[in-house]
Amino acid sequence: MTGPRVGLLCLGPMEPLRRPLSPCSSRPSSPRSPPCETSVSVGIEAVLDQLKIKAMKMGFEFNIMVVGQSGLGKSTMVNTLFKSKVWKSSLPGLATPTPQTLQLHSVTHVIEEKGVKLKLTVTDTPGFGDQINNDKCWDPILGYINEQYERYLQEEILITRQRHIPDTRVHCCVYFVPPTGHCLRPLDIEFLQRLCRTVNVVPVIARADSLTIEEREAFRSRKCFDEDINDRILNSKIRERIPFAVVGADREHLVNGRCVLGRKTKWGIVEVENMAHCEFPLLRDLLIRSHLQDLKDITHNVHYENYRVVRLNESHLLPRGPGWVNLAPASTQQLTTPAPLKVRRRVQEDPKDEF
Amino acid sequence: MQDKEYVGFAALPNQLHRKSVKKGFDFTLMVAGESGLGKSTLINSLFLTNLYEDRQVPEASARLTQTLTIERRGVEIEEGGIKVKLTLVDTPGFGDSVDCSDCWLPVVHFIEEQFEQYLRDESGLNRKNIQDSRVHCCLYFISPFGRGLRPLDVAFLRAVHEKVNIIPVIGKADALMPKETQALKQKIREQLKEEEINIYQFPECDSDEDEDFKRQDAEMKGSIPFAVVGSCEVVRDGGTRPVRGRRYSWGTVEVENPHHCDFLNLRRMLVQTHLQDLKEVTHDLLYEGYRARCLQSLARPGARDRASRSKLSRQSATEIPLPMLPLAETEKLIREKDEEITHPLPASNSTHPSIDWQEPRSFSPIIRPSLLTRREKKGARWDDPRAGVERRDASCSAGSASCAQARRQQLPQARGRGRRRERARGVRGHEQDPGAGRPQTPAPPLLSLVPPARRHASGARRAAPFALSPFPTGGSGGLRGGAFCGLPGGGM
Repeated sequence: MTGPRVGLLCLGPMEPLRRPLSPCSSRPSSPRSPPCETSVSVGIEAVLDQLKIKAMKMGFEFNIMVVGQSGLGKSTMVNTLFKSKVWKSSLPGLATPTPQTLQLHSVTHVIEEKGVKLKLTVTDTPGFGDQINNDKCWDPILGYINEQYERYLQEEILITRQRHIPDTRVHCCVYFVPPTGHCLRPLDIEFLQRLCRTVNVVPVIARADSLTIEEREAFRSRKCFDEDINDRILNSKIRERIPFAVVGADREHLVNGRCVLGRKTKWGIVEVENMAHCEFPLLRDLLIRSHLQDLKDITHNVHYENYRVVRLNESHLLPRGPGWVNLAPASTQQLTTPAPLKVRRRVQEDPKDEF
Repeated sequence: MQDKEYVGFAALPNQLHRKSVKKGFDFTLMVAGESGLGKSTLINSLFLTNLYEDRQVPEASARLTQTLTIERRGVEIEEGGIKVKLTLVDTPGFGDSVDCSDCWLPVVHFIEEQFEQYLRDESGLNRKNIQDSRVHCCLYFISPFGRGLRPLDVAFLRAVHEKVNIIPVIGKADALMPKETQALKQKIREQLKEEEINIYQFPECDSDEDEDFKRQDAEMKGSIPFAVVGSCEVVRDGGTRPVRGRRYSWGTVEVENPHHCDFLNLRRMLVQTHLQDLKEVTHDLLYEGYRARCLQSLARPGARDRASRSKLSRQSATEIPLPMLPLAETEKLIREKDEEITHPLPASNSTHPSIDWQEPRSFSPIIRPSLLTRREKKGARWDDPRAGVERRDASCSAGSASCAQARRQQLPQARGRGRRRERARGVRGHEQDPGAGRPQTPAPPLLSLVPPARRHASGARRAAPFALSPFPTGGSGGLRGGAFCGLPGGGM
């Protein structure tokens, strides 16, 4: 982990504190200040406070997409993650019938906690994988993701840009794998392969209360994952637990005097936040507490850059100086084709610096 | 004295019982559904065997190119001196690929193939050794994670519901809370009704059964589709007795606890109370339906034109090698029988027993074992020389009235033909002795008039005009084929 940023002039999406700085840290903030001298302090630590204040004023944005077959608890999971009624989740009989084709449905909420505002946009994909023929059911999703990149790109190449470009790009795509206990289905594999090049994908084992601990381990070990899905952002401790076996719940029950979120069955109560029962806390930490900013950074620095390079190459005009850049409108074919793999290696040096 | 009034046929059920016990039963069960719903585990739990021990779950990459295959496994189970030969038909690869269009066709084809095989055997010469490989029951697994039936489920069920007894089952039901289970069951029942899918209907209890049985029966019917959990592991929970179940960090699901899941109901239904009924329905309704459709489709084009019909029969003889009669004779017989019906002979039926039996159930050898023990003998095919006519006759005479009733219920009305069919037609099912020199008295035709009550008759099952009763075939027992059974000129 590098120290706090010195560059005060870096604009763009606000970068909040990733770790609280301990008061006794002796990390130098600039090459000039001597390491052991604490009597004379320049006061650079106050920069962090300034960043924090600014961040709190501006608020954060986070766009998440949930993908999976109907009934795997996507809406409930989102509600549980953000501890609010983001989506209306319902019992089987009462839900609206699944649509014949895949539709994308976005909902935006502003959640506030301890003065920090988060503008959360959740995109749901009802109808994914529900039909008999699920060929190309990922195309609308790819199209949507690329469309958001395109929108951002258009804003970015304007001459007079907005101070803060509204960021609708999908920062994270949570893919719900059904708990078969065997291995990934062909549909899962196809989807993951295509999407991991365009967006951050976090696979989770949904409804994991139907798998015992041994079955979960067996499932995890059998999944043959294409490793570059997430190895950039995760340290190894979390990486070996991917995919997380999660359970979502939005009802509270009384267990040992505490009120916990859980699912009550005749043989026990599955506690959502109990690590012995399921790995929901890990998912929450990944998505919100520790790696939210990392997800956004990777989206911006890696995936978006890939898209941008491809688009600019296609339009045969690379930005040279303060020239007028004219970008041809993206064709639909382009929007649904995932970016080629080789482009990514060029920009891979950047994220490595941040870690 | 008592003996004067006591004839002694009240002991008939015992004879049947002994006979059946000696022969044993065979049963073919199909399991279908997406992979990962706990099918294998449930089958192992149901029959307390390990039918799947040599099974290998394919890796993810292998799955990409997997197609649907049909696998058969066999096991022999014995309990209390009664043997059951269980054949399990599995459908790995169903619903797994990205594009599952028409993935049910191999299954449908398989079921029809079994019917066709049986039809051929039945119409053939050597009927003593007919192996009944028809699928008696299909357990269809529905995912507990969906919102009811998925489009693939509906498509599969519609393709097979007229060909096999379907019992819908919700697999891995321990993923659901009680309220969710109820909601899901309700939704599935509504969807089944909406899509007009005929699942296996449990017969009504007789009024003379005891209250306990009736209550159990009602409870069982109310819990369809069964929400089941399977497990072959025994869990020892501290001080309590060992139970079969799944141990989670938050509790243990007991497979045989009726509050936890419907496993006991399913097992009771499938094995203890309705096994024979499933076989009978397969034979009397589903197979007959298939047969009628099959034979009808042979006769349909050019029904009037004799020349084309005979040409057709020559052509079709190559496809279905059923020995066919010359059609001129058939038509003559039809006419004769029509006349006979409109003017019934007074005393021709005196030799035949009365057919107005009203109690099929008490005659069918339904055994209710409490627990199955096993003796595994895996083998694909068992040569059971006792299969065939004898057993069919046993089931026929045992439940002959049920056959009669079923037949009555299934076949549609022939137009305007008088009411006394039933009396006349009861005859042919009970011909036990293959009278060699039997005169060719035209026995009345097989077809009945009463509209279907039990099953929803899909489409018009017109009575095949040439499906007649004992034709000059020498009258071997249990004739059903009529004109198509047997060579012309009484070769049988």
